[in-house]
Amino acid sequence: MSLFSQKNKEVFTAPLNLDNPVVAQVLGICSALAVTSQLEPAIVMGLSVTVITAFANVIISLIRNTIPARIRIIVQLVVVAALVTIVSMVLKAYAYDVSVQLSVYVGLIITNCILMGRLEAFAMMNGPWESFLDGIGNGLGYAWILVVVGFVRELLGSASLFGHKIAFLDKCDFFHNGMMTMPAMALIIVGCVIWVHRYLNDRKA
Amino acid sequence: MKLNTNSNVYTIVYASVMVVIVAFLLAFVSSALKETQDANVANDKRGQILAALNIREVQQVEAKFKEIVLQDLILNTKGDVLAKQGGFEVESKDITAKDDAAKKLPLYVAKVGEDTLYVVPLYGRGLWGGIYGYLALKSDFTTIYGSNYGHEGETAGLGARIVEQEFQEKFIGKQAFSDSTYSTVAVGMAKKIENAGSQVDVITGATLTCNGMDAMFKTSLAPYQPYFSKNRK
Repeated sequence: MSLFSQKNKEVFTAPLNLDNPVVAQVLGICSALAVTSQLEPAIVMGLSVTVITAFANVIISLIRNTIPARIRIIVQLVVVAALVTIVSMVLKAYAYDVSVQLSVYVGLIITNCILMGRLEAFAMMNGPWESFLDGIGNGLGYAWILVVVGFVRELLGSASLFGHKIAFLDKCDFFHNGMMTMPAMALIIVGCVIWVHRYLNDRKA
Repeated sequence: MKLNTNSNVYTIVYASVMVVIVAFLLAFVSSALKETQDANVANDKRGQILAALNIREVQQVEAKFKEIVLQDLILNTKGDVLAKQGGFEVESKDITAKDDAAKKLPLYVAKVGEDTLYVVPLYGRGLWGGIYGYLALKSDFTTIYGSNYGHEGETAGLGARIVEQEFQEKFIGKQAFSDSTYSTVAVGMAKKIENAGSQVDVITGATLTCNGMDAMFKTSLAPYQPYFSKNRK
């Protein structure tokens, strides 16, 4: 089977749109609400989850035939926890400001349902390459929702993007909506994204 | 020979080997990155001290800090200088120690332009967690030159606004003490300003954070009183 066969393409693209982990499966909502008040932490969080999902998928896929069935969830958890700890330490060393903003939520990637879901549902039954694509696809599917929510919240909440104030918007009080910086507003924006997503996909079908 | 991956022995051996491998891996990564992480934490602290001196958004934090901050003294609560250097490395638990004799108080001496400035660290409790900051005083030890605050987890949009530059700049020019013996800490936050020379308006909706700020000034500045009155010019 070739590396980019039709099936592999689907494994990669389905979680970006039709089978999106956030808007279709409604997984990983907790962190999506917590880290999206600004664009930069949202992007770093999305990338961290993508890297962790991809590598955890590959590792589990490689050792899937050796894992004792009775402790398979524990094995998956140990692999995820080790990767999360490494990513968290790397962020502290090379992106300190962002790691302070993300605070506990990097550690909480361990509890992100997307990860355990992909490991149990996909990596335990498929080869390393397919699992890698699936991990990247699901990670990016999660990341783009975070970026959309982060973009709206930072623009309307603090009239800035990537921490840079946008001068002509800064003068307008509408762009300093305190509600936007609260997690509750993120839930409403995720709801709006789901609404648009359903509307577009229903029309196609 | 085909391994029985469901036997008890296999499961236990598998789990043990896995844990040992992961432990070694994490220990290795941790020790490899420790130095860079510590440097980041120290630079963050330097940035906070510079911000209290109204020097914000500098690129070369370490170089600027060396240029501006001339001394980092360690004082005790009797007003004696314990060491001329090393105040930067004093841990927060030594600064906030309950026992007065165990307290080690850092005092940063900085020179900005022609002014000699003194920076005092602040530690307090907000609504959800710790709050901290640095207060820069002019050479009369009471006029505030600048300030910087941070928090661990205050409410976004309310208590968390103590990190905003706009808020921090309200303290500039206020009097930290109410008399020349430095016996009463005057700087604080009030709903109804009685002493405009020292008090700053509270943040609406952040009463408990502001009460914490008020208490933080009192508990953090008071131990410096003996040193300030001894060295008053």
